[in-house]
Amino acid sequence: MKQQIIVSGLGGQGVVFATRLLAHAAMETGHPVLTSENHGMAMRGGTIISHVKIGAFHSPLIRQGHADIGLFLNRENLGIHGGMMKDTGTLFVNTPFPGAYRHCDATGLAMSAGAVVVANLVLLGFAVRTGGFFCTAGQLEDVIQRISPPKQLNLNLKGFRLGLEAQRSF
Amino acid sequence: MSQNEERILMGNEAIGRGLVECGCEFIAAYPGTPSSEILSSAVKFVRETGVKTHLEWSVNEKVAYEAALACAYTGKRAAVAMKQVGLNVAADPFMRSAYLGTKGGFVLVAADDPGPHSSQTEQDSRFFALFANIPVFDPASPAEAKDMVKQAFALSEKYEIPVMLRPTTRVCHARQNVPCGRPEVLNRPPRFEKDPGRWIATPQFLPDLHRQLNEKMDRIAGEDALGPRAFRGDGSQPRRCVIASGVAFAHAYDLLADMGLLGRIDLFQVILPHPLHKGFIEEIRAGYDAILVVEETYPVIETQLINERVTGRRSGHIPNRGELTQDVVLSVLDKFLNRTPDPATRTAPEKGKRPSLCAGCPHRAAYWAIKTTFPGGIFPSDIGCYTLAMNFGAIDTCHCMGACISQAEGFYFAYADEKNPPAIVVSIGDSTFFHAGIPGLINAVLHRARFILVILDNATTAMTGNQPVPHLGITADGSPGRAVLIPDLLKACGVSFIRECDPYDMEALSRHLKEADRHCRSAEGGVAVVVTKHPCLLDHGARGNQAEFAMAVSEDCSGCRQCLEEFECPALVFNDETGSVEIDGTICVGCGVCVAVCPLGAIIAREK
Repeated sequence: MKQQIIVSGLGGQGVVFATRLLAHAAMETGHPVLTSENHGMAMRGGTIISHVKIGAFHSPLIRQGHADIGLFLNRENLGIHGGMMKDTGTLFVNTPFPGAYRHCDATGLAMSAGAVVVANLVLLGFAVRTGGFFCTAGQLEDVIQRISPPKQLNLNLKGFRLGLEAQRSF
Repeated sequence: MSQNEERILMGNEAIGRGLVECGCEFIAAYPGTPSSEILSSAVKFVRETGVKTHLEWSVNEKVAYEAALACAYTGKRAAVAMKQVGLNVAADPFMRSAYLGTKGGFVLVAADDPGPHSSQTEQDSRFFALFANIPVFDPASPAEAKDMVKQAFALSEKYEIPVMLRPTTRVCHARQNVPCGRPEVLNRPPRFEKDPGRWIATPQFLPDLHRQLNEKMDRIAGEDALGPRAFRGDGSQPRRCVIASGVAFAHAYDLLADMGLLGRIDLFQVILPHPLHKGFIEEIRAGYDAILVVEETYPVIETQLINERVTGRRSGHIPNRGELTQDVVLSVLDKFLNRTPDPATRTAPEKGKRPSLCAGCPHRAAYWAIKTTFPGGIFPSDIGCYTLAMNFGAIDTCHCMGACISQAEGFYFAYADEKNPPAIVVSIGDSTFFHAGIPGLINAVLHRARFILVILDNATTAMTGNQPVPHLGITADGSPGRAVLIPDLLKACGVSFIRECDPYDMEALSRHLKEADRHCRSAEGGVAVVVTKHPCLLDHGARGNQAEFAMAVSEDCSGCRQCLEEFECPALVFNDETGSVEIDGTICVGCGVCVAVCPLGAIIAREK
């Protein structure tokens, strides 16, 4: 089993947390995992990307045109990181506007849940519901339970479940 | 959590975990991307495992290095962690430590940043190891980095020599499942054995110490267990090999696997790029006609191979700058193996959004006041979040930690004989001031330079993840230290003009700055200091302690974009449809500072 996932967004949107969730879910489901993320100056609102590689890889980076799944927290990033995707890859984009991708207004739903910061979890819930992931929604939810900071846990779960619901009605 | 298990660890966490598991009793660091999480994770693991270890965020890397090294003189294990340019600061104790050596294991972690992503150079610390003549390990993954910490301590103790571990950004900031074990409990009593010829080592002793160092390194170069790891081919690609180290090895391994060439061509992973294994150099010289070396960022292995059949950075086969991403390594391998590149030509990606100071950042307010008070001024600045003030033209220089104060002195004397010299206004963060700003300030005061120094005191080291600063009197593990206060330091440095204010009050700051300028230009004037105090909004609780306004933009907005270009708050966004600015409520923190920025008074703050 090999799967390559990119998480693209802006510093502050929770790209790194989404990456950590996927990495933990991989370990829980018995897969070797390697991720790569941005820290430091790039985090101050700039464009950032995380790479998540599940399976027997050595390199933490995904090649151009090799990502199976793309989670885009910011639609404008499609022009920047869209080239990372395989032609057959699946794109999930946080936007109310339809396009050549599966979309969900994660920011809007997150605000309805009470905090824009959980847009990452909404999008993750929305995406994992498709069944194309290396793990199930339930396995990811277990990880959210386990690694969320206690203060943030309920909000994170609420966001994630809103994403799952959004996919059901899709 | 139990202590014998697999965990998801970031490379820096794996290194921190490795240090704790090795029974290291002293770990010092100064934060800097990509190394910062090494010490903070060591704090976490020390707490979790209950071992006894001194942990500190030192004032700078030189201090960290000297303190940790002395602890190792007593036979205990010690380590120091920094980013690559931090080693420039610690170069003085580092170079000599190769000659004098150590007693207990001493490991230096120097994290490189090929690219660079978050640094002022993309220098290769392995060259520093070659320069000092000490061994250096080059990990390809977080799990490997943790293993190499153990190997580094063992090697350091066997030869009484400092050992470097050199991860790069892609290892530091990768995550992986990493096996974790229980910390070794060494319980070594401190035993400092006086040995003046070694620990004082005046010049008469140095030729012999140098001889000993050379002998040690010669023996290490013969250690077979540290020689390159071979992934042999089946002979179908005779007399051709690929040599790689660090994350470049990881890229090369995966790419050769994708090409179906893994197990067909000879591939070597160099574990210890310096000293390069003697037998390996000979094997390569005798056995291969086409040799490709893939390493970051400089040709360290390639240089030691001394072989005209080697292709790499020196021969021009590999770009001599920039990060080796998989796509770069792919094109290098294609050329080396005479393969036709994949036809997949993709359009160049668009440029991403650049980072900027956070909404409500107190630095932005300070810079607005500085810029508008002194149009035409010269603005030396330094390293930290505030370097982002270059986006809106509020700073003119950034060189290395603490340089801005010395630069201001240089600018002052360059303009001193001019009829109407410009205002010189320096800005430096509190952590950077402690790190390397103080000697420059003493020098400027002594030589009667005249400029305004603004210390941007946000009570934290913000850019690297909010580590504590000396004037808070808090140490790395949260235990109390003794606070060293900035005004006390300024007075002791001979500064007579000191003002403090909250930069959110830009009118008051501007008044202080004008007064400071008059002081600089007065008969008895000198360096005038204004300390702007407002906590970083990323620090816990900071936002809760300040007023929050409901912000709006009225119809008076003409779309002139002054607030966007000159102030650059990410919460102010241009609406192309209406041709005017609006507030992004998801980002705005309601600080209200931007009200003063709009020339038409169109930005409105209401009490919430």
